Amino acid sequence: MTPADFASFSNNAIAFASVVYALAFLSHIAEWAFGRSLPAEAPARTTRSAAQPVAAGVSAGGAASYDAAAGAGVSEGAVDRDGNDLEAKAYNVEKFGRIGVALTIVAALLHLAGLVTRGLGADPARVPWGNMYEFSVAGAFGVTLMYLVLLRKYSLRWLGVFVTGFAVVVLMLAVLLLYVPAGPLVPALHSYWLVIHVVAAVIGAGAFAVGAMASGLYLVKSRAERRADAPTTGYVARLPEASVLDRVAYRVHAFGFPIWTFAALVAGPIWAEYAWGRYWGWDPKEVWAFITWVVYAAYLHARATAGWKGKGAAIIALVGFGTVLFNFVGINLFGSGLHSYSGLG
Amino acid sequence: MSASTDTAPSGTSAPPPPPPAPPALTPRELGRWAWRQLTSMRTALILLFLLALAAVPGSIIPQRNIDAVAVGRWQESHPRLTPVYDKLGLFSVYDSVWFSAIYILLMISLVGCILPRVRTYWRGFRARPPKAPRNLARLPESRSLALDEEPSAVLERAGEALRRRRYRVDIGEDSVAAERGYLREAGNLLFHVSLLVVLVGFAVGGLFGYTGSVIVVRGQGFSNSLSQYDDFKPGTFFGPDDLKPFNINIDDFRVKFLRSGQQAGMPTDFSADVTYSEQPGQPERTQKLAVNHPLELDGGSVFLVGHGYAPLVTVRDGDGNVAYKGPAIFLPQDSTFESFGVVKVPDAMPEQLGFEGLFLPTYGFTMRTGPFSRFPDALNPVMSLLAYHGDLGLDDGKPQSVYELDKSGVEAFKRKDGRPLRVDIAVGQTKTLPDGSSIRFDGVQRWVKLQISDKPAKGVALGGVLLAITGLLASLFIRPRRAWVRVRREGGRTLVELAGLDRSSGGNLADEIDELETQIQQQATPQKEKP
Repeated sequence: MTPADFASFSNNAIAFASVVYALAFLSHIAEWAFGRSLPAEAPARTTRSAAQPVAAGVSAGGAASYDAAAGAGVSEGAVDRDGNDLEAKAYNVEKFGRIGVALTIVAALLHLAGLVTRGLGADPARVPWGNMYEFSVAGAFGVTLMYLVLLRKYSLRWLGVFVTGFAVVVLMLAVLLLYVPAGPLVPALHSYWLVIHVVAAVIGAGAFAVGAMASGLYLVKSRAERRADAPTTGYVARLPEASVLDRVAYRVHAFGFPIWTFAALVAGPIWAEYAWGRYWGWDPKEVWAFITWVVYAAYLHARATAGWKGKGAAIIALVGFGTVLFNFVGINLFGSGLHSYSGLG
Repeated sequence: MSASTDTAPSGTSAPPPPPPAPPALTPRELGRWAWRQLTSMRTALILLFLLALAAVPGSIIPQRNIDAVAVGRWQESHPRLTPVYDKLGLFSVYDSVWFSAIYILLMISLVGCILPRVRTYWRGFRARPPKAPRNLARLPESRSLALDEEPSAVLERAGEALRRRRYRVDIGEDSVAAERGYLREAGNLLFHVSLLVVLVGFAVGGLFGYTGSVIVVRGQGFSNSLSQYDDFKPGTFFGPDDLKPFNINIDDFRVKFLRSGQQAGMPTDFSADVTYSEQPGQPERTQKLAVNHPLELDGGSVFLVGHGYAPLVTVRDGDGNVAYKGPAIFLPQDSTFESFGVVKVPDAMPEQLGFEGLFLPTYGFTMRTGPFSRFPDALNPVMSLLAYHGDLGLDDGKPQSVYELDKSGVEAFKRKDGRPLRVDIAVGQTKTLPDGSSIRFDGVQRWVKLQISDKPAKGVALGGVLLAITGLLASLFIRPRRAWVRVRREGGRTLVELAGLDRSSGGNLADEIDELETQIQQQATPQKEKP
């Protein structure tokens, strides 16, 4: 295949990936729609259910606490007040949840194929992150990858609807607004630090995105838990307990923070030293990477401080992800400075 | 408050006496109180937020030490805000008093926080695991089981299992106490101390280093002395005499632009061939200089940070003598390399001449936009200049920019209709001005912008960050944990109770206690021999 073939393959793969993400999103929506009238799992063994798949005969797609609910919370032949068969509903919830995860995996593979061929489509071949379009596509992949990697470990299927929705939106925006044809890199990017620095930044930002989703849901869930008349069915009721969400959020952030530190405060400065003659120069991008770092440092401290635990920390995490987004969108498109590689002129 | 109401005599109309003032704090107490406040986690959190907030304006308002030209432009268009911003230090946020105050307070708070913790840690590091609590069932995770073995055998096996899990283990008469994860706090402390190291490295680099930049036309050279720099920013403790006397000559410079496609005009490669010597008289060496490939010399590194055009012009004055011949550096304004510059001809007679205008590497013209550059490469170069005559103001000793014309003493040549005369010339063309003088566009040369800088203690800063990450990983992923096992004989069997306690959040204690339970249950089986 010639570079031009690769480039057009890449465009198709990214388009198909968006479609499959959209289908996965719909499937997760269906999962929650069917679960709307299902009672939430009785809060037993909660200390274990979050981090360890409950043995509910679930092998694929991540065993979540509500997987157990599908079997455990519903007694055989149970019927809700409209006379619907709860067992059939529980079956549907499980079915659509698994379809959603399977479709997400397919979409992620297409997404990866699109990224790889994008790199091969440039002449000479290069890493597929040299302009804003490619950063967005790679960044969305980072988020999906982070979700899929952690899916089993932390039983993250309740995040599926947000992750796939996020991927659809980012890929659509990238294709519609940011697209530029595959081309060579600007001279400033001719360095192997492009691989190290950007990969670390994408993984770190991906972790922060997943962490922000978990923190956001923690806020929703803990609010619902404090209400006396909180509904016992529906998406929020079927989310894991707030303390579990908080723990998942913490773990994902704790994973992302050292990687971000490496990307922003080690790899970035070393490269800057080679490219621009100073390892730290308060370029707008550097400033915002620093702000992100400080905010997440505050998050980690807040989790250990009375009065800031829980709600305060979760809000700080959301602010942190806001700074990541601003750095990516705001500084790249509207800012000046040395990191102007958007390729959008 | 309640005290004052109690002391008010009841039944009288006299106003109650003022509440007794609390005893004044002695300076020592006040200091103590302030220190405790400053070193509390809450203060550290607030300072972190302040630091993040304080960093924001520097990314929005142009900064003097990043782009002085942008600062000038901003100040021109905001004449009323400028003095206020200047007072607040908003044009150099990261050197400003308030920004420094925040991070210095943060560092003090950090020191105050970790010093006592280092002391505590030092004492706790060699401590033995605490004795088993009386009621193990009350702990967050506990199990109990009954075995047929002797208690001592069970304890021995439990201790062994815990040791394999890298617990520090004390086996007592009827119980085992174990603890692990001592390095978490060490990592935490290392992380915070390393931040101080980074700050020291950063400060030393700023105080003892320098950064300067200079534009050198291809074929010309640069020697490292203060007068040669266009722009020079020394650290507080750096004197011009500390500059090492190296020489660099720009032998050649090449640039390639993308010719077609949507991204046409994007540079794909630029590099310079340089000849240099580290000291006058030392052998000359050559090297290729490119982005990401600096030239590292003793006492400074040389970076290629930009390039542009220097049209070659010849100006003859009204008397017909050559008054100026050579390159004039024009500064690119955008990605098409439409460049702005001036040609000053102080030697022209009878009046001094000056030219100001654009260099367009690939000339284009529409009625709407006027002359513009179609492409950044020099495919069809044209200069479009306004010509001035009079006094350039160079003789009164006031410093002036070589890239601008002081128009207070000069007047533009006019066309017959009274509008200023615009000189558009292509390479090889000559244009004669109304006073008989002429300007000829001889050709195009390129220049490169070199940045020369020296930052000592780079290694210190880098080492500090790497140590910080090591400490961070330890403090995030090592889980301090305690575990206890207690046995007692009852009804001919051995009752075993075990329990665990996580000393950090986010752990997964249940799994570990489950596994421990399984290991205690297993009868001592002979070790499988490796094939």
